[in-house]
Amino acid sequence: MHDHTDLLLRQILTDVLGLKQGQADSFDAETGLFGHLPELDSMAVAGLLTELEDRLDIVIEDDEIDGEMLETYGGLLTFAEGKRAGQ
Amino acid sequence: MTPASWPCPLPGGGSAGEYALVFDSGRQDRLLIVPALFDEGNKLRRLAFDVMRRLDAAGIDCFLPDLPGCNESLQRLEAQKPQDWLDATVAAARHFGITHVLGMRGGCLLTPAGLPVWHYAPVKASALLRQLLRARVLSSREAGREERREELEETARTSGIELAGYRMGAAFYRSFEDMVPSGDAVIIPQESIGGSGLWLRAEPDENRAQADALAAMIMTGIGA
Repeated sequence: MHDHTDLLLRQILTDVLGLKQGQADSFDAETGLFGHLPELDSMAVAGLLTELEDRLDIVIEDDEIDGEMLETYGGLLTFAEGKRAGQ
Repeated sequence: MTPASWPCPLPGGGSAGEYALVFDSGRQDRLLIVPALFDEGNKLRRLAFDVMRRLDAAGIDCFLPDLPGCNESLQRLEAQKPQDWLDATVAAARHFGITHVLGMRGGCLLTPAGLPVWHYAPVKASALLRQLLRARVLSSREAGREERREELEETARTSGIELAGYRMGAAFYRSFEDMVPSGDAVIIPQESIGGSGLWLRAEPDENRAQADALAAMIMTGIGA
């Protein structure tokens, strides 16, 4: 479960940020996302979350979205794994 | 590729000029591209151009019209209704003597009936709106305002709403939100042209391999 979610999340970030394949491999738990990457504006984050829902088959409520889960790669991964476990 | 003008019907009667980018050499096969909508329109515009260039080289005329209220149009977006956009694509198809149609993402909601149609990565209106509403909730939260999606939807239906810089009227929103792509098109899913959808990108981007693949599918379909 962990590895699969982790891989999917890296792929989605690769797609949204237009990274080269493999570039997202260097992301670790502390890698900054929303607020750290200028191209990751609210529209891009909305797209990222919608992709996350489609590819992980989860539903994300607006009140679940907070600064902490979006701030770092680790925060987003923990959130995604929690949502999948709760299905 | 040259800009052309075409007469787009106005809701109250008469018409107003809208622009289209065209490769028009008076050839037999003539493809109308109905562009992606809102923010996705910007992200996919380069892909649309790249596909048009390839099809032109293969002997197919291509037409990419502006919908009223979008891109270079002088009409107000807020005054549009989905039916006006449908009337616009029908009028563009008639004006340019179109033989085939390609809808891209939200443009698949507006492809005229009665012609061979492809839908590239079609999307329901509700999915487009969900993402725009989410972006609005996120940016408001960043600005220290708490907004709820359900309340925004209610506001949108009664008095219109601005989402990601696009001002939609209440009548537009109410009829748009239930729209789904028509079922008579040949669907080209993103997976079939490889890579991930360029509408996902945070910044507009290009991808030659995807343009090659999409153009090749249209060429094969037309038999050019």
